[in-house]
Amino acid sequence: MITARLTVNGEQREVAFRPSATLLFVLREKLGLTGAKPGCLNGDCGACTVNVNGTAMKSCLMLAVEGLNQTILTIEGLKDSPVQHAFIEHFAFQCGYCTPGFIMNINSLLKKYPEADDYTIKEFLSSNICRCTGYQEIEKAVKSLLKMNREDRAGLQQDV
Amino acid sequence: MGLIGKSVLRKEAWEKVTGTARYTADYPATDSLHAKIVVSPYAHAVIKGIQTSKAKEVFGVRAIITGEQFPLTGEEIRDRPVLAKDKVRHYGEAVALVVADTPQQAKRAAELIEVEYEPLPVVHSPTAALMPNSPLVHEQLGRYKREERVYPEPGTNVANRTKIRKGSMERGWNLAEVTVEERFSFSPSDHAAMETRCSTAEILPDGKVYIMTSSQAPFMAKRLINEYFGVDIGKIVVETPFVGGAYGGKASIQLELLAFIASMAVGGRKVRLLNIREQDMLTSPCHIGLDATVKLGSTRDGKIQAAELLFLFDGGAYSDKGADLSRAAAVDCTGPYGIENVWCDSLCVYTNHPYAAPFRGFSHSELLFAVERTMDVLADKLGMDRLQLRYINAIRPGDTTPTQVKLNNSNVGNLPGCIDRLKQMINWEEGMIQDLGNGKIRVKGVSCIWKTSTIESDAGSGVILTFNRDGSINLISGVIEIGTGTKTVLAQILAETLKMDIRMVHVQMKVNTQSTPEHWKTVASRGTFMAGRAVLAAAEDVIKQLKSTASCVLRAQPDDLEVGYGKIFLRDEPDIHLDIKDVAYGYVYSNGNAIGGQIIGRGHYNLRRLTYMDKETGAGKPGPEWSVGAQAVEIEFDKKHLTYRIVRAFSAVDIGTVLNEKAARGQVMGAMSMGLAFGGRETFVFDKWGRVLNPQLRTYRPLRYGEHPEYHVSFVVTPQLDAAYGARGAGEHGLMGMPAALGNALSLAAGVKLNELPLIPEQIWKMKQKEGYSHADL
Ligand code: FES
Ligand code: FES
Repeated sequence: MITARLTVNGEQREVAFRPSATLLFVLREKLGLTGAKPGCLNGDCGACTVNVNGTAMKSCLMLAVEGLNQTILTIEGLKDSPVQHAFIEHFAFQCGYCTPGFIMNINSLLKKYPEADDYTIKEFLSSNICRCTGYQEIEKAVKSLLKMNREDRAGLQQDV
Repeated sequence: MGLIGKSVLRKEAWEKVTGTARYTADYPATDSLHAKIVVSPYAHAVIKGIQTSKAKEVFGVRAIITGEQFPLTGEEIRDRPVLAKDKVRHYGEAVALVVADTPQQAKRAAELIEVEYEPLPVVHSPTAALMPNSPLVHEQLGRYKREERVYPEPGTNVANRTKIRKGSMERGWNLAEVTVEERFSFSPSDHAAMETRCSTAEILPDGKVYIMTSSQAPFMAKRLINEYFGVDIGKIVVETPFVGGAYGGKASIQLELLAFIASMAVGGRKVRLLNIREQDMLTSPCHIGLDATVKLGSTRDGKIQAAELLFLFDGGAYSDKGADLSRAAAVDCTGPYGIENVWCDSLCVYTNHPYAAPFRGFSHSELLFAVERTMDVLADKLGMDRLQLRYINAIRPGDTTPTQVKLNNSNVGNLPGCIDRLKQMINWEEGMIQDLGNGKIRVKGVSCIWKTSTIESDAGSGVILTFNRDGSINLISGVIEIGTGTKTVLAQILAETLKMDIRMVHVQMKVNTQSTPEHWKTVASRGTFMAGRAVLAAAEDVIKQLKSTASCVLRAQPDDLEVGYGKIFLRDEPDIHLDIKDVAYGYVYSNGNAIGGQIIGRGHYNLRRLTYMDKETGAGKPGPEWSVGAQAVEIEFDKKHLTYRIVRAFSAVDIGTVLNEKAARGQVMGAMSMGLAFGGRETFVFDKWGRVLNPQLRTYRPLRYGEHPEYHVSFVVTPQLDAAYGARGAGEHGLMGMPAALGNALSLAAGVKLNELPLIPEQIWKMKQKEGYSHADL
């Protein structure tokens, strides 16, 4: 076991974990942040996606120790953001299991590429799987945000 | 209130976009032990011995369980041990279970368990299973306990046979001037819900059993734990929170049983069992495979006179729901066509494959692939337009189904209307093939669908309504929120009926079998229909009670009162009224006297007048109504490389009244996506030892973002008279015709009959190489 401080959603959290523990495991089982989901535990599904220093990362592929001195944002840290509103308005989820991963992925996408083209959107989003929707709703949600970006860049929530 | 048809936002929307929606594995496990399953590396082998001594030494191990002492399980035939005993019958079958303090310790110990096997010859397909010298998957088939209406054939690999005998085949073939016969085959595949199954179990000192599980059927879990293990049914409480995708796969009871025996082994302590992806695909039940032969005969002007169908479903190692799936396929075996003379044998066959759970559409996308591909072959032979042939034969009120149910304007949707609508949507007149130059063509493929829901004839649903002091209502129903949005639709039905603000309806999402009225199972697109009727009944009950109290206060007959807009008021003098919030907990007069009391609404709905099917002819009424639709896909095909892209996909479906437009579209599009993935790319890849080579999401690949076509969905509306506001089921129909439409488009594009799934370019290439190849022949 090692004891360390992780910066998650703007808070410093002290936590003890085995050196081999993944970030996903520590978030869920030690910090009670169960928004990031296990879907495959080997990088295939994206359900576990969080943002690390603003970059979308699969938390099942990252050790918790790699998260030291990094800024970690999980779905729980995203409050009232445009992505969340867009997902609701466009019915971009059904069972909701893939949703935190998609939202965190898109959150990072929009920050890095506020004017992302179709290719870039696909580059990002094809790393997550949604088994319920036909993706058309997710596509609409993302595109509505890009449109909003073009119209008003100020609307995006700052990373914490 | 005008709420019907409105795209009301999901009641649980904010929970789902903030990560606060809890699924089974999200509940804290600090007080639980963790279980790990040891699985079989063989598809068929005798278990010679199990060594657990090394595993026992791992720190933190609390129990190791093997198969000896448990009863056999299975919904219709008790053929399945909870843990394999004596022999294993499929790759990935559960052989032993380790319980330890942490998941890591359990995993370590599981890896140290040594099982000695003696491999047996493997049964690779249902066709092979019926060969006279095939090995038997179940030698003791005749000895198993079973339900009355399942017909296994001991001494063979047949777990169930359903027969349809309608009209006279002799007459049918005599009238037929043109006949076609085609064979089809595809292997089992998987639901691949993003949430892998998870169950926790705890047994209290007084014998109470607490289960939490990601399931579509918590009430069935309760019933079966009672039946299998003899626990008093009232002592079993099953809870189901949000479920992360199910698609039928979570309607089988499997992981709950393992969690339960794990808890038993550690003196009742709480144990959590969370499937890893590989075991979710292999150890828990999968999506059924099929070998089929379809023979159709028609007159030269396209009227089908005879249909002869043989369905050999690949039920895998155990018959659990496979027996029922094969029966449901018989019920709708002809596809949505009025045919007078029908012969069908639909079998659930044992093989050494993972066993089957229901899959969205309950065997219909599977049978329709075979039937709808054959329809195209017939159209070509007749030289007839493919939609015209379907239109001529389309099932209509006045026709009878294969089980001889007479259809009317209410119990079947409008298929000719759907075909007409589809024609416009896909611009059918422009032709099926467009040359794009560069060796690329755009090709359309079509298919028609239908389905009834063959669920238990006494299946029911209950609803309870309670009030809050502000007059808002808590809606409590046993429907599971698996993603279909049904509970939001129920809130719409309630708000519409009580003419109230939908924000004043609070929906309980979690189901607890002790405090939630039963909803049979959240399957078969029956949620809206059955629970919707129960909501109507509960709303009526509330209205009656409100009026009764109010009639004293307002000094008027209950009959003269109306309920709505948060009030109970005089019909002809609405100003004379009481607020519901002042009545819902009893009315208090100014002097302190109180009358009435807490209002609790209750309602239920049971399916009615369904009958069992006759053993010899299949005659009977196994389902309440038939939904129909017409579908198409448009592909861009590269003639040189035999690769393709799905450009657009279309559905014209009759789901009756549409209660929530966007939610319904989402259901249909999501189902279409799943159907295209099933038809186009998904299958278990078996090696010659019956091992599955691709039990991961990188080798078993569902559609991803960017691979999706443009979806076009249109609703033809034939209200179902006895459904709440006329809504038919909508959860499955988008899927059912997609594999067939894709197969039809690609067969036309490639100029070769494609009768096997999945339709990957390699498969097209193989068929181009040698026509007539079928893996049923291997
Ligand atoms: S759980 Fe991390 S990618 Fe699937
Ligand atoms: S909403 Fe269910 S997996 Fe995406």
